[in-house]
Amino acid sequence: MIIEVLGPGCPKCTKTYELARQAVTNTGADAEVTKITDLQTITNYGVMITPALAINGEVKIAGRIPKLEDIQKWIMEEK
Amino acid sequence: MDNGRKINCSCGCSKENTVLLYSCSGAADVGEIADRIVRKLRQDGIGKMTCLAGIGADLTGFIESAKGTNQNITIDGCQVACAKKTLERIGVTPISYILTDMGLTKGITPVSDEIILEMSEKIKQKRLNPVAS
Repeated sequence: MIIEVLGPGCPKCTKTYELARQAVTNTGADAEVTKITDLQTITNYGVMITPALAINGEVKIAGRIPKLEDIQKWIMEEK
Repeated sequence: MDNGRKINCSCGCSKENTVLLYSCSGAADVGEIADRIVRKLRQDGIGKMTCLAGIGADLTGFIESAKGTNQNITIDGCQVACAKKTLERIGVTPISYILTDMGLTKGITPVSDEIILEMSEKIKQKRLNPVAS
C-alpha cells in the first residue's frame, strides 16, 4: 500500500505525515508512507489545497489535517 | 480534532478561506464568457481556478479539494447551472453566479474584453456586498 502526503512541507503537512505513520504502526499495515512536495505532482492529483493524503493514488482528504482514526479506517478499507 | 492542536501554517497552502473558482465553460457564448471571467478573477487574486471537469470525472483530488475549502465559487453562463449542480452532486454548496441572471443573454452576447471586465467587476461587487447588489 502506498500512502502519500501531499504538501509543500508546512507544519500541517508534517503533522499529517506523522499521523499517517502512526496509523500504519497502529494498523500493522504493509504500507509505505511518502511525502510529495513537488507542486506539479500535487496539481496532477487535482489537489488545490493542502495538506492532502492519498492512498494507492486515491485522494482521501485535502485542505485539512485528517483524524488519526480516519486514516486508520481508510487503511483498513484498502487492506 | 487535528488531534487536539491548532497548527498555524504560513506557507500559503491550506487556509480556511481559500477560494476555489469554477467555470461551466459551456459551448455557448455565455459559457465562454464564464470561462474568461474565472481566468480574470484568478489573475485579480480572487481565488484559485480549478477544473470542473475533474469533479465530473470523479477524480478524488478535485472532489476533496472542493470539500476541503469553505469557499467554492461557480460561474455559470446560463440557468442550466452545470457548474453549480456539479458541485451540489458531491455535497458542496457553492456561491453561485449565473451570467444570464446578471444581464447577459445566451446566444446574442458578444464575447468581448469589455463584457468580461464588466461582469468580473459585478461579481467582485456582489462578493463585497451580497445583499445590496
